[in-house]
Amino acid sequence: MTLQAPGFWPPTGPEIVFLLLGVVALGSALLVVTTRQLVHAALWLVVCFGALAGGYLVLTAEFVAWVQVLIYVGAVVVLLLFGIMLTRAPIGRSADLDSGNRWAAALVALATAAVLVTVVVSGFRTAYAPLDPGQGAAKPLGSSIFRTWVLPFEALSVLLLAALVGAIVLSRTDIQGRK
Amino acid sequence: MNEYFGSYAVVVVLLLIGLGIFAGGLFANRLLRPNRPTPEKLMTYECGVDPVGEGWAQSQIRYYVFTYLYVVFAVDAVFLFPWATIFAAPGYGMTTLVEMFVFLAFIALGILYAWRKRVLAWT
Amino acid sequence: MNNPGPTLSDFGHDPLWISIIKAVAIFVFLMLGVLFGVWTERKLISRMQHRYGPNRAGKFGLLQSVADGLKMGLKEDLMPRTVDKVIYFLAPVVIAVPAFLAFSVIPFGPMVWMFGHKTPLQLTDLPVAVLLVLATASIGVYGIVLAGWGSRSPYAILGGLRSSAQVVSYEIAMGLSFVAVFLKAGTLSTSEIVAKQAGGGTWDIFGMHIPTPSWYVFSLIPSFLIYAVTMLGETNRVPFDLPEGEGELVGGFHTEYSSSLKFAMFMLAEYVNVFTVSAMAITLFLGGWRAPWPISLWDGANTGWWPMLWFFAKLALAFAFFVWVRASLPRVRYDQLMAFGWKVLIPLNLGWILLAATLQALRLPESNRNGILAFGAVVVIAGLGIWLRFDTVNQRRREARAAEVEEEFEQLREEPAAGGFPVPPLDLPHYHGVVPSARAPKEEVTSGSN
Repeated sequence: MTLQAPGFWPPTGPEIVFLLLGVVALGSALLVVTTRQLVHAALWLVVCFGALAGGYLVLTAEFVAWVQVLIYVGAVVVLLLFGIMLTRAPIGRSADLDSGNRWAAALVALATAAVLVTVVVSGFRTAYAPLDPGQGAAKPLGSSIFRTWVLPFEALSVLLLAALVGAIVLSRTDIQGRK
Repeated sequence: MNEYFGSYAVVVVLLLIGLGIFAGGLFANRLLRPNRPTPEKLMTYECGVDPVGEGWAQSQIRYYVFTYLYVVFAVDAVFLFPWATIFAAPGYGMTTLVEMFVFLAFIALGILYAWRKRVLAWT
Repeated sequence: MNNPGPTLSDFGHDPLWISIIKAVAIFVFLMLGVLFGVWTERKLISRMQHRYGPNRAGKFGLLQSVADGLKMGLKEDLMPRTVDKVIYFLAPVVIAVPAFLAFSVIPFGPMVWMFGHKTPLQLTDLPVAVLLVLATASIGVYGIVLAGWGSRSPYAILGGLRSSAQVVSYEIAMGLSFVAVFLKAGTLSTSEIVAKQAGGGTWDIFGMHIPTPSWYVFSLIPSFLIYAVTMLGETNRVPFDLPEGEGELVGGFHTEYSSSLKFAMFMLAEYVNVFTVSAMAITLFLGGWRAPWPISLWDGANTGWWPMLWFFAKLALAFAFFVWVRASLPRVRYDQLMAFGWKVLIPLNLGWILLAATLQALRLPESNRNGILAFGAVVVIAGLGIWLRFDTVNQRRREARAAEVEEEFEQLREEPAAGGFPVPPLDLPHYHGVVPSARAPKEEVTSGSN
């Protein structure tokens, strides 16, 4: 981290790609909350996650990038889509997609973004981490998970179990409410 | 550094070629094909009977549970991959093995619960 | 004999024009592969069923698929009035493009000289190459979901739901069957996995050196068998071609894509996926582009352009396996399919991974053998205990269910209206295609309960 940081100008190719991906992610995220068609919102979410995965790729975190595609694009959004399709999925525009608290929601979102940006900027300032291809592959990641971060890893299994049990309980129709 | 971006640039090139070929194909198809729609042609197909119902078709919640199981097991598999690559490296072995046994035991508990509650059975 | 082939550091140096040549070659190969793959399949299956198959267009009917493709490109494209136009259009593109992408990491051969450049016969390789293949498969699922939902027809939506639930279920089993390979190879890069299968050790029996088979299909046979099943499930092929159960779902998720170019793209994607999973089977388990045993005794077998021939021969055999299965097996029921995936393939797979890891740990030099064996014994005993308990619960449940069925029969026998047997209610609204006007408040007619 003590390396001499190169200047921001002229931007290198990866930096330009990274910025463009950021713009795509932000734009599609905005479309997720503003589109009037429920299923299209889920699809814009796919674009947003895809752009995030591209961002990881540019930062040489390739394992994380493909996991982002595999888990978030491939599993989580499919889960969302199934949820929409099994409850209600009208074709065309729905009038009732706007919530009454959208101004409050926008305020909270902006505040969160401001806090995150301030924390990141004041935390790292001009710190410079050189990109090191290969450090984001499966092996270095595995060694850091199974050497240093074992406890979070095991806690994750409990979390997954809890989520699974919750989903099973929710989806069962033979459990009656208390009379 | 250049190797890394070079490898991915090639993937992007393949993606672009694919998109180009299919976009070109669909465009050529649009120019070449006839287009004479009639109301019957534009109806959805329900084996010759007029379509019944116009809203969405509600379906069973079971599909949702299976996708949920998929999310859980996909996360599980994603942790198995780095584990498998470093397992044989010196300095891991036994401890890493036990860690994975504990992790999988919890996941197995989940699938056992689903089994017991007959979520996996398609009644 | 042992040309270890390219490693990761050999990739990413190609000039752009060589990459483009390779990429176009992959496309041409896959397109031609699909055209003649369809012909091979129809011809082979008709031979197995004692008939001729296509024999009109061209010599031996070789041009049949070309003719079909041309026809599909020139036919009127019907887009039903009620569909979501954007999604209806997007679905075939989303399913077809990623299908090709997976082939970028498949190794076709070792380093060769191409127009004065030494370059590997593989488009590219990544430290996480296998993950890329899994990721493209999971993007392909979107094509199915979107086609089903966007078509706006009960058959399509049911077919889409079924098909995507099936594909995601079998994708898990598929991913898990790769883990044992990674365990042995210690890498996720396809070229390095092939390199690891270059040569095994030797058995020294009575002073003779017998080389052990080095392909992972021999040492990891359970993984390979599970993978062979999942590759049928993942590509929606017989016996797991539920989405196209004509008797119940018409065409499944592509019901509304009436034999147009868009339908051709779904078909194309299906066949490319078959090639992809076959190529993965070859790369991970069957030694990749390496020559099989008797040929591998020849020193030049694994050098130059020859390996491409072995690779294509293996690919053709794998495709023939798909056709053979299609000719032999009936379609399974959907509940059987899901139960098989979740209750058999995945638990078996997890158990086998742990067993393989334990065996691997025993072989490590610094391992504490007694500790591992004691630990293994504890796990096995605990597993047996759980299974026994589980089994008695299941047994009790089966008996209760049998008694219930018996009781129901007794009741039915005494009911005169039903003639002793259950009949469906005769006043269902959609029996004659019209809703009786007496049912004034229009009820929602759902598309069934499945």
